[in-house]
Amino acid sequence: MWGGGKLSYSGGRFLGVLGPGCRSSQAKRPRLTSSAVYSKNQLSWTVEIKPGVFNEYRTMWFKSYRMTFSCLNRMKSYRYPWTRPYSTSQNTVDNSEVKTFLALAHKWWDEQGVYAPLHSMNDLRVPFIRDNLLKTLPNHQPGKPLSGMKILDVGCGGGLLTEPLGRLGASVTGIDPVDENIKTAQCHKSFDPVLDQRIDYRACALEEIVEDTAETFDAVVASEVIEHVLDLETFLQYCCQVLKPGGSLFITTINKTQLSYALGIVFSEQIAGIVPKGTHTWEKFVSPEKLESILEPNGLSVQTVAGMLYNPFSGYWHWSENTSLNYAAHAVKSRVQEHPVPAEFVLKGETEQLRANAYASPGMHEELKK
Amino acid sequence: MAARFAVSRWGAAPAVHRGPPVSCRGWSGASADAVYDVVVSGGGLVGAAMACALGHDIHFHDKKILLLEAGPKKELEKLSETYSNRVSSISPGSATLLSSFGAWDHICNMRYRAFRRMQVWDACSEALIMFDKDNLDDMGYIVENDVIMHALTKQLEAVSDRVTVLYRSRAVGYTWPCPFPVTPSSPWVHITLGDGSSLQTKLLIGADGHNSGVRQAAGIQNVSWNYDQSAVVATLHLSEATENNVAWQRFLPSGPIALLPLSDTLSSLVWSTSHEHAAELVSMDEEKFVDAINSAFWNDANHTDFIDSAGTVLQYAIGLLKPTKVSARQLPPSVARVDAKSRVLFPLGLGHAAEYVRPRVALIGDAAHRVHPLAGQGVNMGFGDISSLVHHLSTAAFNGRDLGSMSHLTGYETDRQRHNTALLAATDLLKRLYSTTATPLVLLRTWGLQATNAVSPLKEQIMAFASK
Repeated sequence: MWGGGKLSYSGGRFLGVLGPGCRSSQAKRPRLTSSAVYSKNQLSWTVEIKPGVFNEYRTMWFKSYRMTFSCLNRMKSYRYPWTRPYSTSQNTVDNSEVKTFLALAHKWWDEQGVYAPLHSMNDLRVPFIRDNLLKTLPNHQPGKPLSGMKILDVGCGGGLLTEPLGRLGASVTGIDPVDENIKTAQCHKSFDPVLDQRIDYRACALEEIVEDTAETFDAVVASEVIEHVLDLETFLQYCCQVLKPGGSLFITTINKTQLSYALGIVFSEQIAGIVPKGTHTWEKFVSPEKLESILEPNGLSVQTVAGMLYNPFSGYWHWSENTSLNYAAHAVKSRVQEHPVPAEFVLKGETEQLRANAYASPGMHEELKK
Repeated sequence: MAARFAVSRWGAAPAVHRGPPVSCRGWSGASADAVYDVVVSGGGLVGAAMACALGHDIHFHDKKILLLEAGPKKELEKLSETYSNRVSSISPGSATLLSSFGAWDHICNMRYRAFRRMQVWDACSEALIMFDKDNLDDMGYIVENDVIMHALTKQLEAVSDRVTVLYRSRAVGYTWPCPFPVTPSSPWVHITLGDGSSLQTKLLIGADGHNSGVRQAAGIQNVSWNYDQSAVVATLHLSEATENNVAWQRFLPSGPIALLPLSDTLSSLVWSTSHEHAAELVSMDEEKFVDAINSAFWNDANHTDFIDSAGTVLQYAIGLLKPTKVSARQLPPSVARVDAKSRVLFPLGLGHAAEYVRPRVALIGDAAHRVHPLAGQGVNMGFGDISSLVHHLSTAAFNGRDLGSMSHLTGYETDRQRHNTALLAATDLLKRLYSTTATPLVLLRTWGLQATNAVSPLKEQIMAFASK
């Protein structure tokens, strides 16, 4: 239904860094990327400065609008003209979604609270992920079946799904654009010494993980996220990029049908209050067919699509043949390299140029070298 | 937030409102305390078996389990010649649990006695019920408690990398976590031990007997009353060696007397009777004690003609409807002497906790329910609790769930409360029904017993329920 989603900023104020293998049409724009992200409500101002170097970047977060001035000062020290951000359409975070999730940032771990259905959804999605991953492992340790696996939980929210995966032995990285969510998640896992080591939380968007090409994951989990992103195609492409060949992508989301409008929006939000009002927009729901049509060209072959049904009276989820409401999908990245080799050379050349431009100031150079 | 229409599946009240409010303050103490996944408080038969079962469970291989036992470690170098006077009747279901983590093999290597038949009859009439397994399965096993404890200790040592046992450790204080803390505070249960050290755990299992400290500290209401009876136990030598694979129980107006086979020449006595009579029995000399036992089993002084004829009438009617073999009343073997110093008495009572679980707490064994020994079900109910709880915890661990989460704990509670409440009610009813000599009740129970004895499917159902 809902979840710590990928937030997309519709104002186009967020610039993502183009990941490797991106479309060459974007090459015309200067790759320099300063990105500012702010939410209308809270005036928390997050600024990300990303030069076009994929492996090093500086992220800075500011808490109030007053800080923009100090931000500008810092910008000056880098001798970096801080340009107004403009959209390169690589952002996947939706501004309008932030408000909803910020207000509920502290309620994640109340098992009978607002997020109760997400807690009970773990009964379905954890076995779904676990069993599909175990199929790929020749043998596994009892007690830690997923040990040795690296999993990325995109839109982890308060860590509801991240923690069970950590308990099963995997090394999990949980990312979420909403800072408060990450704080809640960090706080919650800090009391458990085992989870503290296995889970790593970052308050960032998927774009930043993509830049860091050193990291690839055995599995990417985007649960209750894709119905909140701004640009689904880009999001799924990024998911594919961070996956190892043969890695798995797990998605749970809501189908776009009349039934999902009637039950998912009208009943759940407006009548019964199971989901807070305004959490979902029907236009952004994704049908399994559409999902498959985006995944296939990107080298992700869909293995399973299974319907899920929520019983609001018992509070439990059930698997179902019917995918017209909620469903879970499992796709596997093909082991063959998809991207044409020449494109990478082109990109590299441009990178060199940008690097030369960006490192005008020795001071900044030093900062970046850290 | 919009009005919540969804009905919480735990009833309308969230867990915080269960029972009287218990102080739960955020723990600001040392975060260097060890965090265990499960702490079992109480190292008796049920507590040790729980720790053992979790330690051997495949999904608990990387979890840390702690068992707290107030007493010293009991080393059993060699099996003593004399049998212990505390024995338990182990049902086949409990035997399956014990064999699932390898303790049953140790018991088989030491000693136990299987019995195939059970005869239960009345002192006030000829009515009797004979439980008999048609196939050659055992109905149950009589095992000394010491033997079971030793087997469990051995199996605990086998998984010492996962299960730590602290002897001579008693928990003196518990701090419960707030269900949804506003300020960040440790979500675990904090336990303070007698020696001042403290530890934290994600799930606390209370297996500390009918005066459970865990239950009291959690503020869980307990329905309990004391029976006006005490049980006398002793080890008896039979007059002559017999096959001795039958369990005998006779309901006297003062309380049931049971003879449980230990070996070809030895049996164990469990005689529940009034407090005064029990005290008398324990202090009287051997010969008189033996005579009392024999006459309790053989004496027909409480028979009345009216009841006898009423019984015969029903028996005849049953014979017409269902001409099958009518089991004649058999007499148990006679007793020759009693082991010196083996006569002990302990008081009896009934108890049942209103809730078996709270967030991060679960009760098993006598901490959750205390029953009269007349049905031989006390420890079996505890082992049944273990089977159910281990099953739920194992599934939860394999699903990566927080072990103290109420979702699977309430599953355990529902499972076991259904089973245990029925058994507790039935046992209490039987105890009260057979405590009287009032003619209408005697007639009722005579006819009831005879009818039940005649209906084999019903007997099989009873045996199946008690064997779980």
